[in-house]
Amino acid sequence: MAEAKERKLPAPAVSQETEAYWAAAAEGKLLVRKCTGCGQAHHYPRTICPFCFSDKTEWIEASGKGTLYSYSVMRRAPVPYAMAYVTLAEGPRMVTNIVDCDFDRLKCEQPVKLVFKPTDGGPPLPMFTPA
Amino acid sequence: MSIKGKAYIAGIYEHPTRLAKDISLAQIHAQCAKGALEDAGLTKDDVDGYFCAGDAPGLGPMSMVEYMGLKPRHVDSTDTGGSSYVLHVGHAAEAIAAGKCKVALITLAGRPRAEGMATGTVPRSRGGTPTPDEPFEFPYGPTVVNMYAMCAMRHMHEFGTTSEQLAWIKVAASHHAQYNPHALLRDVVTVEEVVNSPMISDPLHRLDCCVITDGGGAIVVVAPEIAAKLKRPKVKLIGAGEFVKTQMGGKVDLTYSGARFSGAAAFAEAGVKPADIKYASIYDSFTITVLMQLEDLGFCEKGKGGAFVSDGNLIAGQGKLPFNTDGGGLCSNHPGNRGGLTKVLEAVRQLRGEAHPAVQVTNCNLAVAHGTGGSLGLRHGSATVILERE
Repeated sequence: MAEAKERKLPAPAVSQETEAYWAAAAEGKLLVRKCTGCGQAHHYPRTICPFCFSDKTEWIEASGKGTLYSYSVMRRAPVPYAMAYVTLAEGPRMVTNIVDCDFDRLKCEQPVKLVFKPTDGGPPLPMFTPA
Repeated sequence: MSIKGKAYIAGIYEHPTRLAKDISLAQIHAQCAKGALEDAGLTKDDVDGYFCAGDAPGLGPMSMVEYMGLKPRHVDSTDTGGSSYVLHVGHAAEAIAAGKCKVALITLAGRPRAEGMATGTVPRSRGGTPTPDEPFEFPYGPTVVNMYAMCAMRHMHEFGTTSEQLAWIKVAASHHAQYNPHALLRDVVTVEEVVNSPMISDPLHRLDCCVITDGGGAIVVVAPEIAAKLKRPKVKLIGAGEFVKTQMGGKVDLTYSGARFSGAAAFAEAGVKPADIKYASIYDSFTITVLMQLEDLGFCEKGKGGAFVSDGNLIAGQGKLPFNTDGGGLCSNHPGNRGGLTKVLEAVRQLRGEAHPAVQVTNCNLAVAHGTGGSLGLRHGSATVILERE
């Protein structure tokens, strides 16, 4: 197991536009922003759709299921960690970390599931672990 | 309006330092400006256009304009990270073609070594009001190296690219750097040495990464009527392109870079093909950066970059596409963590026939210089220029 010690995670900066996302994270839910105009979900969340520029966007709750698009284990850090892009079942790929696993066994396209990790004085971060 | 043939690169200068403990940032900018103007046979008072990026001290171009005593009637401080200066060459040509200036000066300087900056391995917040992306990225620990590494990981997954293939890029750069007395790393390395160097962020090893150096450089771009009066060999700009590639709202694709679009625009404007190019300056923050850009610029098919760079194909005198014959960012210099300007410099040296004789490309009449700035895996600015010896 490459992940022995705990990393201290900085708190994300919460803005008016993303308050609901982080409030949901505190309750263990991952929200995704979806456009009711073009029907597509995007990430990171915005009030105006980056695909069709409609302002008719809404929050949906993600299933928490995804696949590992790519990753890299940062070895030159006080506590090595796995940087990743995960493809959510809802469509968008998001920047995240893969946690609670043997980093040496990670593979692109493997299924992963949502977990949350506490931050230093802020809302928890959505991360993923092998499913 | 096309910029084809509307501007020439008349002067270049690369600061010889790689560790600038005893000189200031502004001093390096000015020394480079002086060097490039002297190379062109021009003076400070000839300069009527000034271009710089975020490495210049102060707000936009203003502090450096004051420090150097310039009186520009046209300025541009567009910042696309390390590719800014390649983009500036294109913007300078646009300004010249539009009659906004005749002698454009572009400068770059940086002191990350002297300042002890942890360039590639520490996540950085820009401070101040966060960018909209920052809360969704910074807390996870993105660094320069791990975001490029994720591109390499995906490339390996989709196309079967190997660490040994990536290593050939460093090997080629090291073959060139041995002839550059100013290069930080002058030892020729082998594929084995690259893949056995310490893993920094999988799959990138220490020797897959560029050097961290202080230094700088400058370029003087001039109108055709100015170039006609100067004594230096004439290097004409015939094509330029730029693009900003992003995460596209979550439709992330790490297998290609913005070079696909900036390169296509530049080649179309120039009316030439990748096969016509005799020498290529390719941004080399990491080995994977080079491989992806070569594919995206059209030097080989997407996914075939690994085979293309192998077996010395990028080494001058041996391979089909000599690249970064000064040793590039991988071995010589990556001043201020911004390697675009030095890419233009070596392309100009090659076209003038002023590269080191051991790496000079025979009858080098057409070259490309390409830059990627920002983060290949997050968002980046691409810029391509095509230069022709007249």
